[in-house]
Amino acid sequence: MAETRITQEQFGPGPEQMPFGPEHEPPSEWMELNMGPQHPSTHGVLRVRLKLDGEIVRDADADVGYLHTGFEKSFEDKTYTQGITFSDRMDYLAPPINNVGFVAAVEKLMELEVPPRAQAIRVLMMELARIASHELWLGTAGLDLGVYSGFFYAWRDRELVLDLNEAYSGVRMMTSFTRVGGVAWDLPEGWLEQLQRFIDVMPSRIDDFEAMLSDNPIWHQRLKGVGVLSRQDAIEAGVTGPMLRASGVDYDVRKAFPYCGYEQYDFEVPLGTAGDCYDRYRLRVQEMRESLKILQQVLDTLPGGPWLTSDRKVALPPRSELSKSMESVIHHFRLVSEGFKGPVGDVYAFVESPRGELGFYLVSDGTNKPYRMKVRPPSFCNLQPLRQLVKGVLVADVIAIMGSMDFILGDVDR
Amino acid sequence: MTVSASTSLVERLGERFKQALQESSDFRGDLSIVVDPASLVAVARYLKDEEGFDYLLYATAVDWPARDPRFSVIWEVRSLENKTRIRIKTTATMPEPHVPSLTSVWPATNWHERETWDLFGIKFDGHPDLRRLLMPESWEGHPLRKDYVSFGEPVIFSDQKLEGLEPDAIRG
Repeated sequence: MAETRITQEQFGPGPEQMPFGPEHEPPSEWMELNMGPQHPSTHGVLRVRLKLDGEIVRDADADVGYLHTGFEKSFEDKTYTQGITFSDRMDYLAPPINNVGFVAAVEKLMELEVPPRAQAIRVLMMELARIASHELWLGTAGLDLGVYSGFFYAWRDRELVLDLNEAYSGVRMMTSFTRVGGVAWDLPEGWLEQLQRFIDVMPSRIDDFEAMLSDNPIWHQRLKGVGVLSRQDAIEAGVTGPMLRASGVDYDVRKAFPYCGYEQYDFEVPLGTAGDCYDRYRLRVQEMRESLKILQQVLDTLPGGPWLTSDRKVALPPRSELSKSMESVIHHFRLVSEGFKGPVGDVYAFVESPRGELGFYLVSDGTNKPYRMKVRPPSFCNLQPLRQLVKGVLVADVIAIMGSMDFILGDVDR
Repeated sequence: MTVSASTSLVERLGERFKQALQESSDFRGDLSIVVDPASLVAVARYLKDEEGFDYLLYATAVDWPARDPRFSVIWEVRSLENKTRIRIKTTATMPEPHVPSLTSVWPATNWHERETWDLFGIKFDGHPDLRRLLMPESWEGHPLRKDYVSFGEPVIFSDQKLEGLEPDAIRG
């Protein structure tokens, strides 16, 4: 961390010394502190410029964009099928959910029906991703506050999900398992047994975590009453996901606008009351338990049948047909060489990622590529109120607050 | 039920704002309205205060180089209470595209508008802090415009003469 003393003269506008806001002219004894871009607690590359009055934060400015990769521009150059591989690289801690969100937008545009088995497989992958993401959050947010052992437990458990990802898609993280109209593959042999073992073992692992943290006096001191966002402020600030629900707003896309058949499963949406960091922690732990409940239900009711739509205009024909049917060969050639075309129009489709509502706003001009693909990233929306949350708190609390937000910089910057 | 509710919302808007409501459409269940930039803030204020659209989802723009006005600027908002959504669109013309900012209505649009300014070069009048967000402050151009080429680095092949070119010019 580099630190500089700033004076009135140095604080003029310019690329290096931008004012945080027009109303703020800092007294000369305030210190500006650069937290990041390379700082362990920023979980990526985020630069936060803090204005300090002793230990108290007077103002903060989050400087994002270090991971700006231009995914939205890249989407415009790729066909709908090719775009799937971009989607999971944005929020790299919950790739399956991004995959589903992206194809959900295309399916909404094309008015496609997705077979029940494909929807169930999507739910399985999404809930696994949610657990993995929350596990990772638990580990790293704890690490920020000095719970070193928790990190190892969290990564051990997350590894189980990555093994399941690998067994299904061949890749541990960037699964890219969805296709427009379904999923790419059926579940492999033995996968469901592996999943059942995971569901059986996880509750005790979460218990271990809770035994370590939930009643830990240090954990309470660091999190309770810190970073409070009232119900009204949370809505105004546009935060989403666990941050919104910790403030008592009952909004979860899976309940409010069920997709992929979430309405069939019985689960609770945990809500907070205080809107502080501790509530956000408690909520995520409960969400992991709820996800396990959903997983068990999907496992028990997994429908059979096809896992990809039979609409040959958007989905590749099965390989066995290629040697028998000329029509299939033509479809195959068309889909691989130029993809399929969407109707003219614009749609917004959204799913619940571990960080909140992940939306894809897709504008189509009737060609085989998106004319514009705007991603509504939950991390971006959750990071925005950082400035108001850290005003007046101690520097050490900034770490706790940023930890509780669970933002992923790949998701913020795209 | 949703369709009739949204239709009546459009009717109410039409009655209240008359010509300012230029267009409305319902595509795949997504309700969009096109609003004259001059009345944008008033429409937004009405939607928030009277119709309960309290939650901002995102703001962005779409570039249509062949059209005039060239840019379509979009805000999408949701009513958490009624579980409805509406997409507010307005337009901006070249050469100095600008639209009113909605930060006074939905403060959460702050970063979204900054991002739109950064990537499209559309100014938001009345925005409290309109700086680039994702790109560095010294960046030239606005990457999400259609005339901004994705891979625009000039390539010098080995058989081409390099005389007269400064090393910087080669790198572009």
